[in-house]
Amino acid sequence: MLRPSLARFNQLKVYGRDIEVRWRQPAYRVVLKKANLAMTTTWTIDAVKAALGAKKISARELLADFYKRIEVKNPDLNAYLALTPERARRQADRIDSLIAANKPLPPLAGVPVAIKDVISTRGTRTTCGSKILENYLPPYDATAVEHLEAAGAVILGKTNCDEFAMGSSNENSAYKRVKNPVAADRVPGGSSGGSAAVVAAGLAVASLGTDTGGSIRQPGSFCGIPAMMGSYGRVSRYGLIAFASSLDRIGPLASKVRDVAAILQTIAGRDPHDSTSTTAPVPDYLAELAKPLKRPRLGIPKEYFGEGMDSGVRQKIEAGSALFRKLGCELVEIRMPHMDYAIATYYIIATAEAGSNLARYDGVRYGLRVPDDSLLAMYRKTRGAGFGPEVKRRIVLGTYVLSAGYYDAYYLKGQKVRALIAQDFRDAFTKVDAILTPTSPVPPFKLGERTSDPLQMYLADIYTVTGSLAGVPGISVPCGNIDGKSAGAGKLPVGLQIFGPPFGEARVLQLAHAFEQAGGAGV
Amino acid sequence: MKITREDVMRVAELAYLDLTEAELETYRAQIDEILEYIGKLNELDTTKVEPMAQVLAEDQSADATLREDLTVPCAVAEDVLAHAPDPEPPYFRVPKVIER
Repeated sequence: MLRPSLARFNQLKVYGRDIEVRWRQPAYRVVLKKANLAMTTTWTIDAVKAALGAKKISARELLADFYKRIEVKNPDLNAYLALTPERARRQADRIDSLIAANKPLPPLAGVPVAIKDVISTRGTRTTCGSKILENYLPPYDATAVEHLEAAGAVILGKTNCDEFAMGSSNENSAYKRVKNPVAADRVPGGSSGGSAAVVAAGLAVASLGTDTGGSIRQPGSFCGIPAMMGSYGRVSRYGLIAFASSLDRIGPLASKVRDVAAILQTIAGRDPHDSTSTTAPVPDYLAELAKPLKRPRLGIPKEYFGEGMDSGVRQKIEAGSALFRKLGCELVEIRMPHMDYAIATYYIIATAEAGSNLARYDGVRYGLRVPDDSLLAMYRKTRGAGFGPEVKRRIVLGTYVLSAGYYDAYYLKGQKVRALIAQDFRDAFTKVDAILTPTSPVPPFKLGERTSDPLQMYLADIYTVTGSLAGVPGISVPCGNIDGKSAGAGKLPVGLQIFGPPFGEARVLQLAHAFEQAGGAGV
Repeated sequence: MKITREDVMRVAELAYLDLTEAELETYRAQIDEILEYIGKLNELDTTKVEPMAQVLAEDQSADATLREDLTVPCAVAEDVLAHAPDPEPPYFRVPKVIER
């Protein structure tokens, strides 16, 4: 392969919007045509800002290029469920008119983004990956969506996900199965699999996902991109179609930590429409990123490195930890004794809340209705026909753990163990500034490999659900790739997870950024 | 066995969820396995632990941020009704529930 180095680099000429690159040794010349420029560039928010500001490309042209990429790649990837071209063009035109008038541009001006299909978009079909909402048109926008558009972002479309965000592989979508753009025979992770895949495949600069037990971080890990959930309460849940209200969070996925920070900055903050959104001030995350690390103490919880972890994942996480040491961090072993109980606790709390939240799908006000002369039979038939297998399984389990005679044994017990898991985090943060763990015990698994065994699928969330239950912020950042050749695959991405204390997003982002800048993705 | 076929039928009835014969048996077996796994929580003595219903600390809790109860115009009713399965503005129509 030709590897042009700076020494051999001869000249770069820009003719209009075509770029010609010449090398001396060996003699070589490439002309990047205007269309190719966009098609082959990995865009970041800063790159979009620079290109628009220098009038190298218009917001409308950039949008057209992204739709061209989507047209080419999405039929195979299945990551977008719906596109929103009219809405996107209106927004792009607004940005272009600001540029034409030499007016200041908002922070995300012209940045093409994608929205997970459990997040409401006014007048744009929002299905939650479910047949029961196949034709649902929300009458309002989620607050996070409003914030993104107010900051100038251009919404490309809605991304595929596990039905009502219930799943770890995206295979529970009632629509198509998303492929992992890095390894085509593998799942992209879930439930925000579409949101991770569009970013990894270059079909959006950034996306919004939602995380209830790992649904942002795990697909980020599987697709090799940074992906973050802020503290519970950091981002308004208004317009997020509820799965488990005490756990659900909206958060960003992007190709660089800097962009994750910029998106979080935009969507974070108090919202009068969500009483659980907090009034805690939102720091300037981008400014925090630029600060040097002050020799932080990082905790490595012994319990997270026990049985069940893939040896390739272990090796990469160890290499990642060594890189943090090189960056001047002090690594200390800590104990989080209740980790082993987190999956059991999570599947009580999450299903109980889901059973209650999903009672609203009754065929009366929105979504599917299967007609019947009796109201109760109409409810039963509508729900029986509209929900998929995983959702039904969780409604049955959630209703069971809340039902008379079982409440104390399951739901109350779950709430108590949740308190113990949260205490593990509080104890840990008296000793360390942040916690390092793998994001997933295994690299991306094969499509279809775990669908027949729900418990095995649930166990894939073992490292992520703890932080969900405790409410702390967490990010997954790329930490090398496993060579998947022996398994008949190419590279299989590994993600390293960083947990911070409540509202310690700036610290989490700063560590992830330093890790990325030091070459963490290539360890 | 933690959960019987009758339990699943009873719970499905509570949740207004039609399940086929095949679904009943599949879910029973799978939920049985999950409940078996959940049973590991009994290894922990939690008699002195307060249950945790939500994660926000006291100073960030809903109580600290409750807004005033103000009436504000809400203009989505038409939109909502337009997309309802069986609208009869300003109502949603449902099958008859009260027998004369």
